[in-house]
Amino acid sequence: MLDPGPHVDPMVPVLATVTRRWQDLPDVVTFEIEAPGWSGFAPGQFNMLSVFGVGEIPISISGPVSDPGRIVHTIRDVGPVSKALANLPEGAVIGLRGPYGVPWPVERALGRDVVVVAGGLGLAPVRPILYELIENRLDYGKVTLLYGARSPRDMLFATELAEWRSRLDIGVEVTVDRATEAWHGHVGVVTSLLAGADFDPAATTAFVCGPEIMMRFGANGLTDAGVAPGDIFLSMERNMQCAIGLCGHCQLGPVFVCKDGPVFDWARLKPLMAVKEL
Amino acid sequence: MSASGQDRAKSTRPVVLDRAGLEGLIAALAAEGREVIGPVRRDGAIVHEPISGVDDLPRGWVDEQSGGQYRLRREGEALFGITHGPQGWKRILHPPKETLWSVETGAAPKITAPPPDDTRRAFLGVRPCDLAAIAIQDKVFLDGPFRDPRYGSRRENLFLVAVNCTRSAATCFCTSMGTRPEAGAGYDIVLTELEGETFLASSGSVAGQDILAALPTRPADDMHLASAEAGIERAADQQRHLDIDGLPDLLKSNPDHPRWDEVASRCLNCANCTMVCPTCFCTTLDEVSTLDGTGAAREQRWASCFTTEFSHVHGGAVRPGARARYRQWMTHKLATWVDQFDTLGCTGCGRCISWCPVGIDITQEAAMIRGEGGER
Amino acid sequence: MSVETLERIISDHPLFHGLGSDFLTTVTRCASNVRFAPGTYLFHEGETADQVYLIREGLVALEIAAPGQGRMTFQTVGRRGIVGMSWLVPPYRWTFDARAAEDTRALAFDAGCLRGKCDSDPALGYEVMKRFMPPLIERLHATRLQMLDVYDA
Repeated sequence: MLDPGPHVDPMVPVLATVTRRWQDLPDVVTFEIEAPGWSGFAPGQFNMLSVFGVGEIPISISGPVSDPGRIVHTIRDVGPVSKALANLPEGAVIGLRGPYGVPWPVERALGRDVVVVAGGLGLAPVRPILYELIENRLDYGKVTLLYGARSPRDMLFATELAEWRSRLDIGVEVTVDRATEAWHGHVGVVTSLLAGADFDPAATTAFVCGPEIMMRFGANGLTDAGVAPGDIFLSMERNMQCAIGLCGHCQLGPVFVCKDGPVFDWARLKPLMAVKEL
Repeated sequence: MSASGQDRAKSTRPVVLDRAGLEGLIAALAAEGREVIGPVRRDGAIVHEPISGVDDLPRGWVDEQSGGQYRLRREGEALFGITHGPQGWKRILHPPKETLWSVETGAAPKITAPPPDDTRRAFLGVRPCDLAAIAIQDKVFLDGPFRDPRYGSRRENLFLVAVNCTRSAATCFCTSMGTRPEAGAGYDIVLTELEGETFLASSGSVAGQDILAALPTRPADDMHLASAEAGIERAADQQRHLDIDGLPDLLKSNPDHPRWDEVASRCLNCANCTMVCPTCFCTTLDEVSTLDGTGAAREQRWASCFTTEFSHVHGGAVRPGARARYRQWMTHKLATWVDQFDTLGCTGCGRCISWCPVGIDITQEAAMIRGEGGER
Repeated sequence: MSVETLERIISDHPLFHGLGSDFLTTVTRCASNVRFAPGTYLFHEGETADQVYLIREGLVALEIAAPGQGRMTFQTVGRRGIVGMSWLVPPYRWTFDARAAEDTRALAFDAGCLRGKCDSDPALGYEVMKRFMPPLIERLHATRLQMLDVYDA
């Protein structure tokens, strides 16, 4: 007889409780949740979060890996489920499945320069990398974070960005597309920050996360600067319903973004990105 | 089925079974507590329904299939004269709609998942193309890293009686896909229908061997074997052709071929091909609330890559164009499936051709991408 | 500052990095080291584009002022960047204001001088054009991306 495997259904969530919640931006909320049996995650992984009666969506984990009891998610309310999640009060009970997905290969950056390029809400999925880099700062070469946001008031984690900027051991540059008169920083797309950044392209590992167009420009900018495509990592977003490679929605040519990704290197991704509407 | 079981079963010589033997087979499977499901003629087509005996089978009917056409007509006396109907067996193993779990909301929510479906079933009359499709879905749902335990439970409790094809529909092309009208592996028992309600029967598993041993059979002679072989060869000769040599790379390297625009101009995006395809596995999740608001349920239903909502991300669909959606479906079947599951995603059953309202023919589309005229 | 030092600084900037020594000597004759205190202007909209600046350190904000909206910074140029592309094409006029947002050190090239050298030596002219064209195209691409408002997604 065919071996059917264990009768544990990966589609059934566990119950999780929202323990803390705070408003990052008018449309962005970060919350911490607790779930029984949670045993940690790796940077770049995501959870499937359910609001009962509304639905389920994938949300990346934006907290530190080194604090396995805390599950931190940052959510922008753009759809019915994300809106419901963003509006949950502390104490609310939600459904959780995860963690899922191939993580950022932070270990590939050991002893090398690291460039993190993030745009908009894309700062959330790379934040666990930054925590790791800062915590084990001596294990890495020069560390640079280049962050682009739409406008100064759309900047995510502004307080933390200011803390990181004040450190002498990492370079942090922030740019906005639309400046206000009070803004004294860079104006322009995030890729324009690459020219002024200090890294050795031949010994650099790069992590790029943000809107897909921004990631394409970012990866091309890094390649132009001399970083090998195999050393540039991007986190893809596609329609995901099951997160385990069974529902089919997230296919990008030969890959399932949920289980083969969401993190891919640019050598793998570039030919797929070149096909429109793949 | 275990490898050793297969070896032992394979070594047995085919036997011949008459109508009484087939009746005995159905009865023996039922006696094991199995729901025996076979081809039944209903509403001008074939569907898979519980059967209680040979009389439920569509004796004396055959199918006529072509692009956008399916009809049954009377011909001959065969019990398994009809190739197949619109649905493969995935309708049972991977149902169109399933409740995954439900939750009572309120102060202390509680999640309940329905118990696994451990109904013991026997499928009688599984065509080699559909047997191959089950093997493909086994890879999708069971080979991991994650598995679908609902599919697994149904599959675990399944007994498969395959019936080789001695006649092909005009839409069939299993021989091109390496599937052939003769079942290769994966069955418990395989039958080949001969003249006059007799069958050549072999077992493919210990369970199949045990059942066969208890039935009234007689050893097959060379005439029987030759007759079965001739029938299978006839079926193979009646098929259309799809050249799969180098096809995956060809499709993947031609995402901008003008033929995609041409086929998109005919395609109605009705999703019929994905619904009738025995390997298509995609699903969508729906959230269903109870009317009194005290609970909710997560339901899974078949989805189709021909809809724009299928690829929806915030901001819109990844594949808004019909051209991209047809390309996704066909390239998945004939190319990227290999990357994902180490097998093509098409068994050559031809249902997508018959049940396409405008008769789009995957074999012709592949030929056109290859730069051949193709056959209509 | 010696001419040798200035040549080295010029060839350190990505725009002229790797330029042949004869060409380098020629363009250096048009160059000078400049420094802008925060808040001072490199140039104003409408003025003659008589300079082009290669930024060494600091940050320059490119601005357009509009009634009721104050100064709108549409782009900043930092170290290793270029300010003042208008020197290349007639009518050689600035179309925006350029303000030092930080203490800024730059190489200033006299536009008339550089155009003159390029006119009299087409080989140099072609070389200079080839070096100015990529940053121009890159800026065009970046502007397009900025206009797409990708973070709205």
